[in-house]
Amino acid sequence: MTAYTATVTVRLKEGVLDPEAETTKRALERLGFELDGLRSADRFEVDVDADSSEAAAARADEMAERLLANPTIHDYDVDVVER
Amino acid sequence: MISVLQFGGSNCDRDAVRALAHLGVDAERVWFEDGLPEETDGIVLPGGFSYGDYLRAGAMAARAPVMREVRERAANGTPVLGICNGAQIGCEAGLTPGAFTTNASARFQCEHVHLRVENADTPWTAAYDEGDVVMFPIAHGEGRFEATDEELARLDEEDRVLFRYCDSAGNVTDAANPNGSKGNVAGVLGERDTVAVLLPHPERATLPDLHVGTDGQGVLRGFSA
Repeated sequence: MTAYTATVTVRLKEGVLDPEAETTKRALERLGFELDGLRSADRFEVDVDADSSEAAAARADEMAERLLANPTIHDYDVDVVER
Repeated sequence: MISVLQFGGSNCDRDAVRALAHLGVDAERVWFEDGLPEETDGIVLPGGFSYGDYLRAGAMAARAPVMREVRERAANGTPVLGICNGAQIGCEAGLTPGAFTTNASARFQCEHVHLRVENADTPWTAAYDEGDVVMFPIAHGEGRFEATDEELARLDEEDRVLFRYCDSAGNVTDAANPNGSKGNVAGVLGERDTVAVLLPHPERATLPDLHVGTDGQGVLRGFSA
């Protein structure tokens, strides 16, 4: 078994309105920043022991499918590194 | 008996019990960790902020073990009504289609809204006629209905949209849409019409002494049908 950290990034699907990101963008603009766009995402770092990085990724993938993301509105990706 | 499932953070469970009692419907609060009582013949998923809205509103409660029982009961025809946070839980649990997410305004909205009855041929809307306009309170930060265009078209085709946000004359407009819900959808049916969720609060428009009208009674009467 090897120790891995699987990073799951959950973001709204393209085209789904993100009012919090819009509000954040406007606040940055009020602070004087120039920006063309802003997207927000949730990032989960999950520590797991697994036989391989593929197995760790598969487990994190299932976590995203079953809880971390809502397939109606979210896309997600999984990135695994040894820790 | 109607079981009103109380999660940690639910706060409309008592309102639902009182409103149902006013209509002569036997209802009791049930703590989610205790499981559904044997005599349950209807289930309310009440409003509130279960699990502090962690992750997404309703996401945690939807995965609580008791929801397996709720899904089984729902599949066997037991009436299930999700209100506000209960609607978010219902969608997260897959009892009903779509998702409820952050209001387009990015604000928590607490106001009275008008709804048009889209399908009066369900236990929840039998008291109304199709096209009737009712007034319910809303109180939510994550009530924007989202579904793909195809999903929404399918829901329309299958007559599973229960209510749409509208103006006082029944016109479904962007201006009358309080939270940016796709297609102005305020409530939908599950696979069976005995399962329904809606963001507005019928239980807060049921007791006559609250002076917001009693339009909500019709929805709750779905349990006495």
